[in-house]
Amino acid sequence: MGRSAATKDAHALFHSLRSAYAATPNNLKIIDLYILFAVATAVIQVAYMAIVGSFPFNSFLSGVLSCVGTAVLAVSLRIQVNKDNKEFKDLPPERAFADFVLCNLVLHLVIINFLG
Amino acid sequence: MARDLGILVIVVLVLAATCQSAVVSPVSESHRSAALELFSPAHGSYGSLEETYEALKTFKVLGIEKKHAIRTSSCASVADTLKSTSSALKDFFDALRVNSILKCELNSEAVRGTQSRLKDSLNGASSLIDFYYSIGGLVLLKEQMSEVDVNLGDADRIFRSIKALGQSDGRWRLSSNNPESSNNAAGIALEALAGVISLATPQIDNSWITTLKNDILKLFDGIERYDDGTYYFDEKHVGARGHQSPLSSSASVVRGIAAVAAATSETLNLPGEKIMGLAKFFLGVGVPGSAQDLYHQIDALSYLENIRESTPLILSLPATVISVTKKDQLKVRVSTLLGSPAPTLSVRLMQIFVSGSKDASVIDQELKFDAVSGMHVLETLPKNIDVGSYIFSFEVIFHNPEHKKTYVSGGRTRVLVHITGVIKIDNAEIVILDGDRGSVENQKKLKLPGDNAVALSANHLQKLRLSFDMSTPFGNAFKPHQAFLKLRHESGVDHIFLVGNSGKKFEIILDFLGLVEKFFYLPGRYNIQLTVGDADMENSFLQPLGFVELDLPDAPEKATRPPPQAVDPYSRYGPKAEITHIFRAPEKRPAKELSLTFLGLVLVPFFGFLAGLVQLGANLKNFPKSTVPSTFAILFHLGIAAVLALYTLFWLKLDLFTTLKALGFLGMFLMFVGHKTLSHLASTSSKLKSV
Repeated sequence: MGRSAATKDAHALFHSLRSAYAATPNNLKIIDLYILFAVATAVIQVAYMAIVGSFPFNSFLSGVLSCVGTAVLAVSLRIQVNKDNKEFKDLPPERAFADFVLCNLVLHLVIINFLG
Repeated sequence: MARDLGILVIVVLVLAATCQSAVVSPVSESHRSAALELFSPAHGSYGSLEETYEALKTFKVLGIEKKHAIRTSSCASVADTLKSTSSALKDFFDALRVNSILKCELNSEAVRGTQSRLKDSLNGASSLIDFYYSIGGLVLLKEQMSEVDVNLGDADRIFRSIKALGQSDGRWRLSSNNPESSNNAAGIALEALAGVISLATPQIDNSWITTLKNDILKLFDGIERYDDGTYYFDEKHVGARGHQSPLSSSASVVRGIAAVAAATSETLNLPGEKIMGLAKFFLGVGVPGSAQDLYHQIDALSYLENIRESTPLILSLPATVISVTKKDQLKVRVSTLLGSPAPTLSVRLMQIFVSGSKDASVIDQELKFDAVSGMHVLETLPKNIDVGSYIFSFEVIFHNPEHKKTYVSGGRTRVLVHITGVIKIDNAEIVILDGDRGSVENQKKLKLPGDNAVALSANHLQKLRLSFDMSTPFGNAFKPHQAFLKLRHESGVDHIFLVGNSGKKFEIILDFLGLVEKFFYLPGRYNIQLTVGDADMENSFLQPLGFVELDLPDAPEKATRPPPQAVDPYSRYGPKAEITHIFRAPEKRPAKELSLTFLGLVLVPFFGFLAGLVQLGANLKNFPKSTVPSTFAILFHLGIAAVLALYTLFWLKLDLFTTLKALGFLGMFLMFVGHKTLSHLASTSSKLKSV
């Protein structure tokens, strides 16, 4: 009895979240997808390292941090671009995107240098 | 052989310096061959006229005939020098010296010119060297060209000027500004003064000759001496003409004295002992190594030989090692310095001293003169002379009493002579004795010297005895310098023992009980080696006799270890073993297939992203349509692609600095283009909003 109630609640929660998410604008969804992609890549790299050992540790770090770094930058882009966010009302989204691109480029320079 | 003798003589001289047994030998073939070797002309001439003169004089004294080619080139050189107006005073002097030996044909005009030059130089001379060259030149001219008048009118003034440079100790200074005096300069001054005497118009003051005699005696007061009776002149300071060796200084003085002796008919009363000492000095040099030294030696010896009143005679021994076994006879030669025969005389052996002790025996035996070889022979050795080293003392007795006044023989001449012989060794045997009772356990006879290979064995309670008898060819006892018995263990440790003697019997007893500790308790095979030797023993030997197997007790705890043996130098200093370096094992790399699988797996999220984009309905609708903005947009994307390509290149092969430089340019471009694009997009979207 309790179990079915719990699952029913979980289902209800899940549905409500899903419908709420569907309401988000498309550009934010694209950014979310990008973040997902970056994190997935990071997870696969960690799994690989778990299998073969961390011998060129710098390469591992470089790879994982590139994914994590770009995910973080995408998160900050999402925050800035989100229209519901009152703090960044005056910031044009193009400007945020330009920052995103610039920071990514710098991040990747460092990553490539550290890759070895 | 003669050169070896010369070297042996020098060695003997050195060894016997303290006991006055100096043996020198007269000028011999070795001097002649040395002269030919040292004075070999380069391209037909000797270089300068001075060198030519030295060569010619040496050959003349030694009696060596030289080739005609030298004569022509030298005569040409002489003629050129005498004719030339630019010749220096020294050149005239050298040319005239060479001519005195070669006797070339000279141009009478050149001769007159030379004479006037020499006379002018003499009048203006102030230094000793100038006086020497000008007077010497005039003397030589007078000898060679008797028709030329070179007599000096103002000989008195010249004599006084030269004398003014003399010092009270008999030496001379080279000039009035030079305070240093030397023997070398004294020799030059004496030659010059003798020249003045011979050139002066017949009225010469006798007081001059007396002055010269006194100068010579004063000079002899400053002579130096070695313990073996050799006298020589040396310089205290380095003079203006560079360092003069005792050989050149002594030769210079001898030349001066000879010149004075030749210039006057009076006797100079030279001290005979010192003349003999000088002769010994020149002969004691042996055969000099340089041309100039040979010239000085031979020149001085030729003058000493011809000194009227004290001609030295040399007593020499061709061989100082006499073998009793070969029945050699002791031969003595008495000759003049240049090797010419002496007047009739006899040699007596006066005394014999045993070398190294104070024993002496008076012999007084006359040596028989063998006219064929020109030697005095000691036919039989005195009775009590056996194998060993002795100093023989000889004396020369002249047959004609007049000769005693004109010849100098040097009194008693002492010579170190080695009498050698084959020493007989008999009754040699090696025995192993039983310790307590002394009974013979094992006895082996030995043949000494000869091949022996005994094989003995002993333990530490036994003794080893080696004994033999030694006697000289005359049957007397003989004690050699060396009599050693060496036992060498197989590991290389040596033990050396002295073999003592009583009279003729030599014996050594090794008591192993007492030697156990000395032998470091090492048991095993010991090789036996006997060494018997002496300088006068013709059959000295060093021989292995065989081995003895020693059985020694075990070493106690505190026993000394045997000394470490010398390490084979190649093993210590040679190359060492190769070092194999152990590296850290390389990290295990994953399998290639696994890596490639994961490469594929990593790309999967990317495709997932693209798929998701399509599903979301992402489009390029907002891409600018009109030309300029679209160009900028395209450029913007291209710029980003270029940066990413730069990063790939950076990873592949570039370095940071090139990358940063390129990145700078690309970045600026990208900024510009990006700004344009994004501002265009911003304005478009704001237009849409406002609309």
